[in-house]
Amino acid sequence: EAVQNLAAARLEGSVPTLIAALGYNNPGAAVAAVDGLIQIGEPAVPALLDQLDRHNYSARAWAIRALAGIGDPRGLVTLLGAATADFALSVRRAAARGLGAMKWHWFPDDLLEIAQEEALEALLFVAQQDEEWIVRYSAVVGLHCLATAISANYVDWRSQILAQLEQMANSDDNWAVRGRVWMAQQQ
Amino acid sequence: MDNESGIQDDNQLTVEQAIANLQGEDLGLRVYAAWWLGRFRVDAQEAIDVLIKALEDEDDRTEVGGYPLRRNAARALGKLGDRRAVAPLMRALECSDFYVREAAAQSLEMLGDLSCIPILIELLNNHVPGTLPAPEPPQLAQPFDSILEALGTLGATDAIPYILPFLDHFLPRIKYAAARAMYQLASDPYEANKYGDRLIQELSNKDLQLRRAVLADLGAIGYLPAAEAIASTLAENSLKLIALKGLLEKQLQQTTPPNLSSGAIKVMTLMDELL
Repeated sequence: EAVQNLAAARLEGSVPTLIAALGYNNPGAAVAAVDGLIQIGEPAVPALLDQLDRHNYSARAWAIRALAGIGDPRGLVTLLGAATADFALSVRRAAARGLGAMKWHWFPDDLLEIAQEEALEALLFVAQQDEEWIVRYSAVVGLHCLATAISANYVDWRSQILAQLEQMANSDDNWAVRGRVWMAQQQ
Repeated sequence: MDNESGIQDDNQLTVEQAIANLQGEDLGLRVYAAWWLGRFRVDAQEAIDVLIKALEDEDDRTEVGGYPLRRNAARALGKLGDRRAVAPLMRALECSDFYVREAAAQSLEMLGDLSCIPILIELLNNHVPGTLPAPEPPQLAQPFDSILEALGTLGATDAIPYILPFLDHFLPRIKYAAARAMYQLASDPYEANKYGDRLIQELSNKDLQLRRAVLADLGAIGYLPAAEAIASTLAENSLKLIALKGLLEKQLQQTTPPNLSSGAIKVMTLMDELL
């Protein structure tokens, strides 16, 4: 409850305390802290990146969720690495969704194209390769979101996304993943 | 790649080696091989044969008389989907080891063969000779939750009168198992939902362990009205996502792909927020 109150205050000064709450092993406190950090937004990003907990994967997953929810360009490189290579599936899951939902309009014009291309490649890789159904599900959500964000000029990217979805619609061995692909295809 | 525990790396053990180990002298390797064959879904005839044989093993005993190898063999046989294991697993329900009976009930549920229903009911009523007292007695006389869950999954409507008293069992997780079974067995949807709603109420139980148990139960029965309550339960997102996956799969079975029911879309929208 203390974390909830602190989160609701949306004060930049509360960032260190909220980040500490990600490591309490208390899902209720962590959810409230993530919400609070997302509300604070940009000012929370440097501390989140700085304090990513390499040893506590549960805390890391919550921090990645916060970074994903904020969508700040400075988090992109961290999310790319986390989505494709973190050993904890909850971290990969949170990062994959975040890659599709970056605040693309915050990127400088000269970096937007390369940033989106990196995100696309990472998401295609995760959708194809990850062994965990929930991470592939998350990559589908990321691809779905990215497809609506990229400019209509990038015909090739869109067709890569559609081809990947088509392949998964028929051959992913998990029905929940297929279901999410159908939803993406229909929207 | 040797690791410190001295157990062979999972990828290095071959099917032939595991089958040989299961019949070998080294008890540690035998127990491990039984687990391994299940874990890696080795459903070769020979693997099934040796696992069935291991259900009657007398070599591997705990100090107080439990049967670790039989437990692992019983668990593995459920995963391998071969109905030849049904009769031997039914005999395993008569074992003096509580945990062997628990594993056998769970595996019989997975195999889906209805012939085991009568003995499951006997065991639920504590009428199987030789099972009491267990050498390593847990809190209960019988693995009631596993038996209840199996009866529900197997559609054992004959068992309803015997299941009903468990709805008020003193142990919450047994109560949940009974509600879950009754949801599956109730003849009309209105009555079934009464049992589903009992489970939803338990999502706000103060005990995190119990909230986790109810999440698993609701996922197992795919109870759609629980979707929002699952999403807002105070528990790990991973467990909520697995529960919602159960609801989603049930919805997907009810339409022809790639059509999606409004329920399926609702569940996926909730899942997206938890990723």
